[in-house]
Amino acid sequence: MLRRSKHRAPAAFIILLILLIFLVVWNINSGSIHISVKEILQILFQKQGDETAYNIVWEIRLPRILAALILGGALSVSGFLLQTFFSNPIAGPFVLGISSGAKLVVSLVMIYMLEKSAVASSGLMVVAAFGGSMISMGFVILIARKVKNMSMLVICGIMIGYICSAVTDFVVTFADDSNIVNLHNWSMGSFSGISWENVKLAAAVIFICMLLTFLMSKPIGAYQLGESYAQNMGVNIRAFRIALILLSSILSACVTAFAGPVSFVGIAVPHLVKSLLKTAKPILVIPGCFLGGAVFCLFCDLIARTVFAPTELSISTVTAVFGAPVVIYIMIRRKRSM
Amino acid sequence: MSEYFIRTEQMTVGYDGKPLIKDIEIRMRQGEILTLIGPNGAGKSTILKSMTRQLRLIGGTVYLDSEIMSRMSGNEVAKRLSVVMTERIRPELMTCEDIVATGRYPYTGTLGILTKKDREKVWEAMELVHTLDFKDRDFTAVSDGQRQRVLLARAICQEPEVIVLDEPTSFLDIRHKLELLAVLKDMVRKKHTAVLMSLHELDLAQKISDYVLCVHGDRIEKYGAPEEIFTSEYIHHLYGITTGSYSDRFGCLEMERPSGEPRVFVIGGNGTGISVYRKLQRAGIPFAAGVLHRSDIDYEVAKVLASSVISEEPFSPVSSENIEKAKKLLESCGKLICCTDVFGPGNMKNRELLSAAEKLGIEIEKL
Repeated sequence: MLRRSKHRAPAAFIILLILLIFLVVWNINSGSIHISVKEILQILFQKQGDETAYNIVWEIRLPRILAALILGGALSVSGFLLQTFFSNPIAGPFVLGISSGAKLVVSLVMIYMLEKSAVASSGLMVVAAFGGSMISMGFVILIARKVKNMSMLVICGIMIGYICSAVTDFVVTFADDSNIVNLHNWSMGSFSGISWENVKLAAAVIFICMLLTFLMSKPIGAYQLGESYAQNMGVNIRAFRIALILLSSILSACVTAFAGPVSFVGIAVPHLVKSLLKTAKPILVIPGCFLGGAVFCLFCDLIARTVFAPTELSISTVTAVFGAPVVIYIMIRRKRSM
Repeated sequence: MSEYFIRTEQMTVGYDGKPLIKDIEIRMRQGEILTLIGPNGAGKSTILKSMTRQLRLIGGTVYLDSEIMSRMSGNEVAKRLSVVMTERIRPELMTCEDIVATGRYPYTGTLGILTKKDREKVWEAMELVHTLDFKDRDFTAVSDGQRQRVLLARAICQEPEVIVLDEPTSFLDIRHKLELLAVLKDMVRKKHTAVLMSLHELDLAQKISDYVLCVHGDRIEKYGAPEEIFTSEYIHHLYGITTGSYSDRFGCLEMERPSGEPRVFVIGGNGTGISVYRKLQRAGIPFAAGVLHRSDIDYEVAKVLASSVISEEPFSPVSSENIEKAKKLLESCGKLICCTDVFGPGNMKNRELLSAAEKLGIEIEKL
């Protein structure tokens, strides 16, 4: 029996929002220099306070926090869209090799630009990541036509991911030394070093994509019953599938362009959100996923940068620790249908 | 022309550009039930999927209410035609009510939020197929029969003029089969809905359909009223039945007749023989039956199970000629089973058989 209280969804959203605010504040006040909540409020809303603290908040912590928030949300929505597309609960941009494809093309572009001693602009990075995503996605869709088995598809995706990562490692190894460190950090996945310019671009692109995704909640809901029924309800299947692929690719490309590949968020968060809401209705799940992804990534980033400070963990290390068990749980629970 | 609500013109269907069934001409009026029958893999589902636009037509045209269907918008078609497919769906975290509510899709706004009126339609449809009791249960947790009824409710609350069902009764027990078909019949009568479906149950197809379409090989072999279609000869041909048989009177199947010379002679009549015939068939004992009037219910079963049947014209007394034949047969059998102790003017002579057997010292079993 699916007992659903009327208050469940509002309560879930309130919880997520409180967690989000709490994590934002906690993220601002922790780090190598501790900043109290009172100071934070002063710095944020009255734009005054100790100059070092002010700079730390505005120039280092805030862009990073906003990046984790926006990109985390985008990543989990992208995962939700891919799961809908492949009707596969363990599909996601990372396991299907889509993030790795984006990573490969972005690193190629970065190295090329570095050799010309130019800096790749945010826009170029997003475009490169999108191109890479689409290449991987193309392969995955081709494979999906041949293999109907859910786990096989994911295994094929992981293989594509490995191939892309191998090529990336290869080019990074032979790139100009001076910039390797940076590139290496990025290719492991990290929210560090994100500038305001990056954040603004990511926010703009992701806002538009999220709006479009939200407006698609009706056909997404129909598609959850399978293609035949969706078609009978009047969904233009071809156009819908293309829109789904484009949106999920753009969302995950934004993430990869700025933070590198981030693992498991795309699978774990939609699943957790659906369990929390006790529904798969896209009109609730889409905003829920965004909030949930933001909370999850803020939490993981906090751990990544503070637990072993001053050494920073890559974000994927942390997301994997929390996300992978969820994936294992989903696979065990759905064992019969795999 | 426009009196037909659904019409196909030289429709050719198939997969990946390969034609499977050619030149299909379907004519359907509102308030009619058209049933597709035919062996497994004949292409019944292919035809249904092509008519609901899930498969691209390879050739020809489908008209819905005189409009060319391929030119209509998805939403337009959705408001007029709904489907119940065979594919199993495994939606996540959806209650039965959620599933039914998806039927309101073509009527809701951009975000698909249901109005109070929509909710009422959903409940109305669920009431109609007796699914309201478990509306809050997870769709994946209910039984096959319940699931099928929920999907029917979904199709109903889409308020279609045509409803297309692919083997809707396949997973249902007999009670639910009957209930489901009764609901369809009700919709046809009250709302004048047109029903296009495929069925495996010939007995039900025979009783519920206004027209039947037989898919065989690469074409529609026969298309007509059930009386024309459901003859034993044709059904045997359509399904390529070589073992056992289909009885057109009862619409039921009988097992293969035991082979060999008859070893038992059965005197039946008035329905008393049927269970004995079937028992002998199960034991693999070939038998002869007689003397039966061709109007007797026993005759229908005897003719497909017995090695030989001695039969008489309806309503006339058994002739001496037939009794002589029966006596000869009885002698060669060496055993008699008499199922009836009711003898009247029509079958009085069967009594002679009984006394003949006593005279010959043949083993007699009276039931």
